[in-house]
Amino acid sequence: MAKLLEVRDLVIRFGLRTGEVTATSGVSFSLDRGERLGLVGESGAGKSVTGFSIINLISKPGYIASGEVNFNGENLARVSPERMRQIRGNRISMIFQDPMMTLNPVLTIGTQMTEVLHRHRPELSREQARDIALDKLRKVHIPSPEKRLEQYPHEFSGGMRQRIIIAIALLTDPELIIADEPTTALDVTIQAEIMDLLMELCEKDGMGLILITHDLAVVSQVTQNIAVMYAGRIVEKGPTSRVIAQPQHPYTRGLIAALPQSSRHGERLNQIPGMMPTLKDMPPGCAFNPRCPHVMEICHRQIPALRPGSNGNMAACHLYPEENAHE
Amino acid sequence: MSRLQTFRDSYLWYSFRRDKVAIASLVVLVLLVLMAVFAPLIAPYNPYDPEMIDIMNSEIPPAWEDGGTTAFLLGTDSQGRDMLSTMIYGMRISILIGIGAVALQAVLGVLIGLFAGYHGGRLDAFFMRAADVQLSFSYLMVAIFLSAILQAVVGVARFGEIAIPFLILVIGFSQWPQYARTVRASVLAERRKEYVEAARVAGFPSHRIILGQIFPNTLSPILVLSTIQVANAVMSEAALSFLGLGMPIDRPSLGSLINSGFEFIFSGAWWITVLPGVLLVILVLSINLLGDFLRDVFNPKLYKG
Amino acid sequence: MIAFMIRRLAQALIVIFIISLIGFAIKQSVGDPVRELTGISVSAEERQEFREKLGLNDPWYVQYGRFLGHTLQGDLGTSFFYKRPATEVILEKAPATLELVFVSSLIIILFSVPLGVFSAIRPDHFFSRLLMGGSIVGVSIPVFLTAIMMVYIFSIKLGWFPSYGRGELVMLGGWGTGLLTVDGWMHILMPSVALSSIMLPLFIRLIRAEMMEVLESEYIKYAWAKGLSSRRVWFVHAFKNTLLPVITVGGVQLGVTIAFTILTETVFQWQGLGFMFMEAVERSDAPLLVAYLMFVGVVMVGVNTIVDLIYGLVNPTIRIAGVK
Repeated sequence: MAKLLEVRDLVIRFGLRTGEVTATSGVSFSLDRGERLGLVGESGAGKSVTGFSIINLISKPGYIASGEVNFNGENLARVSPERMRQIRGNRISMIFQDPMMTLNPVLTIGTQMTEVLHRHRPELSREQARDIALDKLRKVHIPSPEKRLEQYPHEFSGGMRQRIIIAIALLTDPELIIADEPTTALDVTIQAEIMDLLMELCEKDGMGLILITHDLAVVSQVTQNIAVMYAGRIVEKGPTSRVIAQPQHPYTRGLIAALPQSSRHGERLNQIPGMMPTLKDMPPGCAFNPRCPHVMEICHRQIPALRPGSNGNMAACHLYPEENAHE
Repeated sequence: MSRLQTFRDSYLWYSFRRDKVAIASLVVLVLLVLMAVFAPLIAPYNPYDPEMIDIMNSEIPPAWEDGGTTAFLLGTDSQGRDMLSTMIYGMRISILIGIGAVALQAVLGVLIGLFAGYHGGRLDAFFMRAADVQLSFSYLMVAIFLSAILQAVVGVARFGEIAIPFLILVIGFSQWPQYARTVRASVLAERRKEYVEAARVAGFPSHRIILGQIFPNTLSPILVLSTIQVANAVMSEAALSFLGLGMPIDRPSLGSLINSGFEFIFSGAWWITVLPGVLLVILVLSINLLGDFLRDVFNPKLYKG
Repeated sequence: MIAFMIRRLAQALIVIFIISLIGFAIKQSVGDPVRELTGISVSAEERQEFREKLGLNDPWYVQYGRFLGHTLQGDLGTSFFYKRPATEVILEKAPATLELVFVSSLIIILFSVPLGVFSAIRPDHFFSRLLMGGSIVGVSIPVFLTAIMMVYIFSIKLGWFPSYGRGELVMLGGWGTGLLTVDGWMHILMPSVALSSIMLPLFIRLIRAEMMEVLESEYIKYAWAKGLSSRRVWFVHAFKNTLLPVITVGGVQLGVTIAFTILTETVFQWQGLGFMFMEAVERSDAPLLVAYLMFVGVVMVGVNTIVDLIYGLVNPTIRIAGVK
């Protein structure tokens, strides 16, 4: 059976007034039905924009310059806007980062839920749509959902709002959910709750999930596979357990070393020295070379391709097998 | 020299060079202001000098119309004054009042905004309530009323003599809340930043922090606001003068010129009203276009598109 | 909501109090009621007697209290010129001005909303650019100049519309309306267009700017991510949020519109409050001036309070939580 989602050689550019900027280049990954993939990286690495590009909803000056986004074999990068609108919120749902900003302040929760059903399931009556909305609210453990439908977003806490947004994402039983930092804006105590809920729901209904986050710890608990992004490129990808246990790329190693549980009690946390370059001043060669502890001469000249490493992880680094370099 | 270099590299200069409308409006505005400043040198006649005015010359049309003469390029008004000279002198008064009024409201509003925003508390609450109340009056309405009362109290002749400072005061006082609010908002944003905290910890007195550290950061919103406000003040002055509550006809601003010509429009002498009107619109429009440009540059929020 | 309303009400009362103080001060300083009532041929003793009788020798706060008492009963004094109660004169002139404001508000709402929304959702469209260029020219032309140009072009040159007056009126109770006759509409068209000539471009720009800001927000992006139709995103999700700030500004601008009625009515000799006001200024008719001030003040405060209430109704944050 075909993959649920196959992203191939995605290049996203931003047409700024001061010139063109490339946000991501050569991004490729795929997702099976029911698979959960973590897209990891620092802010600015291009992971959010990659997520939004799947439903062709990149903020204005940005656009997909080349590459394919095949969803059930249909290239979403090239479909008509109307066709795209039939898929958005229907077969692919999104969960945004900040639940305080995501819901429209002047519309009731009920309106914001049922409008999705009226749009994508026009055959449903008002009552049927309402029932589905209630059902999904119960699924995300919102107490007394009947009352809640009449309320406005400001009457809910952040955690509650994110539950509602998850409920909205579930309304049409999509095949894929893209969650962009779904817990970053929430209190630490609620983060785990929301993450568990999301994972449980995906597992139960066999939904695919792309989890975009900077938090390796979260990804390691939720996803089966990981793609690590740095400065607009995927630098390493592979099964979650193996990437965490045996990271290949120096950047991934740095990320894992920086996790609090990696350093012993009382020691200083490990950091990767330096900052990620901005899109405007990319160094030549590998974008990680200014921060890399293993930097070699070739790193300044050539951008490394993503190649299978020794343990089966894919890594984009000149440290790994030379024999594939000329492919 | 390095300042000049900084300016040349700035986004402001970069955008300006690319914006033909902004360049054109700046050129027009500079020309108009120069004309106003050097009015005695440029104007062919002195409209304030009764010796140079001959009532026999009244209502001569502009040179290109039938009956026009090159001695009066833009014709003459009902009293026989040369339109071109009277308009240049009128614009001088309009600009003077506009800039004067804005300077006054800026000083008042900026000081109130800076100190109220920085200190907060009761002082802040009081001034912001006052600003609310004042903004809920229409300032033009207030100005019309005050002028009407003053004119009734002191008489038309005496009012004419004090019109310029009075108009500056009345337009200036009515608009301080605009500045106070704008500045206060930037102060609140700046106050939380580290450099202000650092200065405070270092023991600088508050007025030095406010004027030395915070004030420079509020300059760009002040600049944007000021252009809009000058245009507004010029328009308000024109409105007051048009109603006969502003500049008297023997020392007319553009507004009083339009007013004095209005009754002659029915007898065909359109130029007495229309020409000062056109000049007023060009003046206000060039300021507004510049203001628009500055707003776009300093507030790129709208520009991300 | 209740806290919000109380605060608004308190503010309204303060404003009315200030207006009444100003009105009182005008009454004290403009014109001499004794001379207006008795003429000049009265001896000094008789004058003094009159002053005493009218209470003009009382301390100012007693006089102010009396003024306030009369005002609350609707008694704003007798116009020097009309020799009739000022309230009566005001009520007689008010319909003309209210109809003028009504028609021009109609023009502003009918045009600014679709044009502002269009130029926000299609910012690069040729028509939007034209509209933005045109609107900045529009806000740069003073109302009275627009009015004069319209008189010159459409009345004097083309002879399409009458240049002054209200035309044929129909009496509905005490309200003389020009909106029921063709002639009345011919007369009101130019003044109301002139009156809306600055507000219309101002509102187009305001609606556009607010809507563009809203369209940038996260919840609009989310609405797109839900696959909603453009119509739904623009007119339900974005438009309602655009309205909030526009309503607030609209209330403030109404005050400016009243000032503009004075200018418009002067040009078109429109027999409304603004025209009456300018006449009263020329005649130093203090009671009428004060009556106008009080009337306009109360109307403005009333409208602002209504605007606040509408704002509260549209904005659920205020409606339920009572916080701003």
